[in-house]
Amino acid sequence: MSTDLKDALFGYALRLGDTSLVLGHRLSEWCGHAPELEEDIALTNVALDLVGHARMLLTYAGELEGKGRDEDRLAYRRDVFDYRNHLLVEQPNRDFGHTIVRQFLHDAWSVELYERLCASKDETLAGIAAKAVKEVRYHVRHSGDWLVRLGDGTDVSHAKVADALGRLWPYTGEMFERDEAEQALVAAGIVPDPAEMKAAWTARVEAVLNDATLDRPADGWMQKGGRRGEHSEHLGYLLAEMQFLPRAYPDANW
Amino acid sequence: MPDAAGCWGPEPGADAVVKAAWDALAGVMDPEIPVLSIVDLGIVRAVSADADGRLSVALTPTYSGCPATNVIVLEAETALARARLDARVSVVIAPPWTTDWISDTGRAKLAEVGIVPPPASGKRALTAPDEVIACPRCGSQDTRQISRFGSTACKALHACNACLEPFDVFKCH
Repeated sequence: MSTDLKDALFGYALRLGDTSLVLGHRLSEWCGHAPELEEDIALTNVALDLVGHARMLLTYAGELEGKGRDEDRLAYRRDVFDYRNHLLVEQPNRDFGHTIVRQFLHDAWSVELYERLCASKDETLAGIAAKAVKEVRYHVRHSGDWLVRLGDGTDVSHAKVADALGRLWPYTGEMFERDEAEQALVAAGIVPDPAEMKAAWTARVEAVLNDATLDRPADGWMQKGGRRGEHSEHLGYLLAEMQFLPRAYPDANW
Repeated sequence: MPDAAGCWGPEPGADAVVKAAWDALAGVMDPEIPVLSIVDLGIVRAVSADADGRLSVALTPTYSGCPATNVIVLEAETALARARLDARVSVVIAPPWTTDWISDTGRAKLAEVGIVPPPASGKRALTAPDEVIACPRCGSQDTRQISRFGSTACKALHACNACLEPFDVFKCH
């Protein structure tokens, strides 16, 4: 693999790894606070899967970079400006409906992505995708079912998820952004074409929104910046909590 | 895949050290479902020996985020060392683990402790509507799913409408 392609793949793996890690951490904030015990367990189970994906992806990113950074070093020793996650996943949990909408928009994207990445010409990425796709298919059923239940539920639950959908929609454009580095990876058959993925994602999302009696918001102004390290204020607080221990006690072991 | 008797183990004619390693690993229990050995669970993917008799053991995780993976690796290493075997344990992720790899003995052990074994073929069941699941306590088919996610990553929580008992179901994966 050429150096340029390797650098591009490092950036790509880092972005996917950061996105999984940040969402996994967000979901873990529900531990002990979800509206019912079963949902508490469900959200933390999904969080575990996502942290598992982050571990595989960040480990691989570290190998590609070749500077000796492992998964922990990448997760715990980078500040906001070095994180490359989607802005969608760093948005705060707010209420349960808001968490479910955020999760569903992300899960629908993950399924489309990992299904395609299984055919990646990069063997490691294809292996990670084959592992992850089984899990995210399970996640999207869960978040999709809840979205239908809340959207097609009471007036209050409908209003809450409709409001969340309006708030979060502007963060969905970023999932399909494409820069020069990614273009090269697409051309090499290593990653899927975001434009083609967007059509599949839109169809998947629209089908569930329809069942949930929710209107799809219009594609207007889209938030951007995650892939350049320009984040919303929320990420800093999340990292402060997540990184507290390794920053307070560097290289702590137990 | 498991042999005709539904068990994992060394290939016929394998080296004595390889056989010894499989025996040692068959004594390592899954920390979260301690009736199942890691061999029953189908996560021991390969055992091989080089010319000097040094062993390589490949394990695969069930779920990407399964918190038991590190403990399992540690316990496998301990069991191999106790059997005085020189072995290196590594974790592989491809091909991904499927519940189809749980051996027949493993399935029987799950059923014995009241955990419904996974229906066959994870691939089909992931997208198919939920199958009819019989209560492991009274056998009634009148059961319902309480939660898609249960006490561990690999299980879902169901309940019986006839005897009212809740029970775990090993998820198809």
